[in-house]
Amino acid sequence: MLHGYAGNLLEGTGLTLAVAGASLAIACVLGLAAAGAKLSKSRLARGVGTAYTTVIRGVPDLVLMLLVFYGGQMAVNEIAARLGYDGFLDIDPFVAGVATIGFIFGAYLAETFRGAILAIPPGQREAGIAYGMGRLQVLLRITLPQMVRLALPGFTNNWLVLVKSTALVSVIGLNDMMQRAGQAAGATREPFTFYLAAGAIYLAITTVSLVALKSLEKRYSLGVRRAA
Amino acid sequence: MNLEAIWEALPSFLEGLQVTAILLLASLAIGLVAAVPLALARRSPRPWLSRPVWLFTYVIRGTPMLVQLFLIYYGLAQFEAVRESVAWPWLSSAWFCAIAAFALNTCAYTTEILAGSIEATPAGEVEAARALGMGTATVMRRILLPSALRRAIPAYSNEAIMMLQGTSLASIVTLLDLTGAAREMNSRTYLPFEAFITAAVFYLALTFALVALFHRAERRWLAHQR
Amino acid sequence: MPRLFASLALLLAFALPSSAADWKRIRIGVEGAYPPFSSLAANGTLQGFDIDIARALCAELNAECQLVQSPFDGMIPALQAKKFDAIVASMSITDERRKAVDFTVRYYNTPNRFVAKKGAGLAVTPAGLKGKKIGVQRATIHDRYLTELYKGSQIVRYSKQDEAFLDLASGRIEATLVDQVAASHGFLKTGAGKDFEFVGPPLEDPKYFGYGSGIAVRKSDTDLRANLDGAIAAIRANGTYKRIQDKYFDFDIYGKAPSP
Repeated sequence: MLHGYAGNLLEGTGLTLAVAGASLAIACVLGLAAAGAKLSKSRLARGVGTAYTTVIRGVPDLVLMLLVFYGGQMAVNEIAARLGYDGFLDIDPFVAGVATIGFIFGAYLAETFRGAILAIPPGQREAGIAYGMGRLQVLLRITLPQMVRLALPGFTNNWLVLVKSTALVSVIGLNDMMQRAGQAAGATREPFTFYLAAGAIYLAITTVSLVALKSLEKRYSLGVRRAA
Repeated sequence: MNLEAIWEALPSFLEGLQVTAILLLASLAIGLVAAVPLALARRSPRPWLSRPVWLFTYVIRGTPMLVQLFLIYYGLAQFEAVRESVAWPWLSSAWFCAIAAFALNTCAYTTEILAGSIEATPAGEVEAARALGMGTATVMRRILLPSALRRAIPAYSNEAIMMLQGTSLASIVTLLDLTGAAREMNSRTYLPFEAFITAAVFYLALTFALVALFHRAERRWLAHQR
Repeated sequence: MPRLFASLALLLAFALPSSAADWKRIRIGVEGAYPPFSSLAANGTLQGFDIDIARALCAELNAECQLVQSPFDGMIPALQAKKFDAIVASMSITDERRKAVDFTVRYYNTPNRFVAKKGAGLAVTPAGLKGKKIGVQRATIHDRYLTELYKGSQIVRYSKQDEAFLDLASGRIEATLVDQVAASHGFLKTGAGKDFEFVGPPLEDPKYFGYGSGIAVRKSDTDLRANLDGAIAAIRANGTYKRIQDKYFDFDIYGKAPSP
């Protein structure tokens, strides 16, 4: 039915998942940093955080990806040359895709994390300080665990959008599942079949993610009384 | 930064701006209008109404818009039956396919947003309406929908902005929108920074315009919440 | 400052530094969407005339070949951005391109022709195609030819020639201008292309179509270019070229040098 391209597509799916996973890791780091910046007392930090989230929301993923892929390489070469490095520092499509998607979703996650942190009743932090906990202890033992629970719905949403945006990495030539589907479509002249297959694979990934994250949400919400 | 090259390419960017704006407005308009009845169906207690709509939004929101676009543009054209049908003059146009794909996509998301905001209608509002003797249709028309539409403005503004960024996919199916103009400039002048940063600046400007528009809408229609 | 070093270290961790001086490792940009020159097999491996030639040249130079897939319209910017060191993607040697990159001697030369539906009776002149939709691959010699000479027609640009063929087959465009061999092997001889044919004469004006397909390298890499020139001559002399050619074609694809 898939003219022998099934194995090829599944290999591509592995790459797609790798891109999504790696991007999520980078996005979480950037998101926490940016959320911290936007909540900070320093006007400079708030300004940088706001600029970051504003620019990312204001420019299409595709444009950012093309910019990072073509322009980013030139920037890296410039830096390398100025530091006296003579060889090539390669930004391959995987790195470009992961860097871009991670960078983009860092901004969206920043908003999710920021909202979650703001939703923690301030009394919790105060209680921690009253017990003599240091700032780091308060962060690790009180703020972050509660933030996880409150951030999960938004995080789930962000993750799903991230997975779907990995389809764009095919445009910069990364041989992921979308690219392979396109090539199979061109070679067999059956685009409907292969894009339908690609859609089905994405739907499977999103379904599994939804189920997993919903059960995670239940686990983190043990003991929480709901309003309704 | 080669400003001269940007200046020379500016006319094509301005044309691309037009294309992007048309794509955005057309898809948002169609998507929003279609989403209202669909949101009502989604919230309906009758499963034969709500289940199909749920399936629709689930599939559309669970797959990338790029896949949906390719299915409509390349996928449908594969079938002889489609090419011979009355729909072909429409389906053969890249414009139609792009707007159809974008409208379908935003409709699904908007349906969910509206359904959520209908659900959040304070129960007292509907009770009061029924106490006044309003029938179901009147309740929907005069109380439920206006209230839900207002509440949906913040979430919908997000969706509109995401759709603006989404229109960049049109460049992948031969349309010369802002992103298409940037890719043309890149392949002709070998200046990727200049090309894509110019496009980015245009998109940022459009985003700010949209945000400002929605701010005004919120000030007007959500004044009671300030 | 420490953050700058940390991020650079991160970049270096992803990087694959290669030493340019001795060309023991050559990264070659290929397209993968232009049969029979370059395409993807069902199991995901690259195959085609361009691919085989690239591998043969590396073998000749005792170098390790790394094939990097890239969309065609971004290949020259990618070459200049040092994503790879040479382009083997049926890229025609033109004066226009020579402003940005250098080319080796050609490794094949084929003419270009219009393809349209059988019996459509299209006159493939600027006047005859006025107002009609012509599909073309972005950033190719065909793109430039049509852009400059067919101003009255509606030129539709695609990332890959495959996409243009798909739209030609479904009737979205009425003609496409493409390399003759790519058209015959990639489309006309396949099931989808049976209702289509070449229209008009082969086009070879070097001003637009160049002097055959060559390998593009950065202007600063004169030694790599010299090495590749030598390798091309060598595989033509020792029969490797003919062996690869016969695998795909039953005619001489090296062709004559076009008269300037």
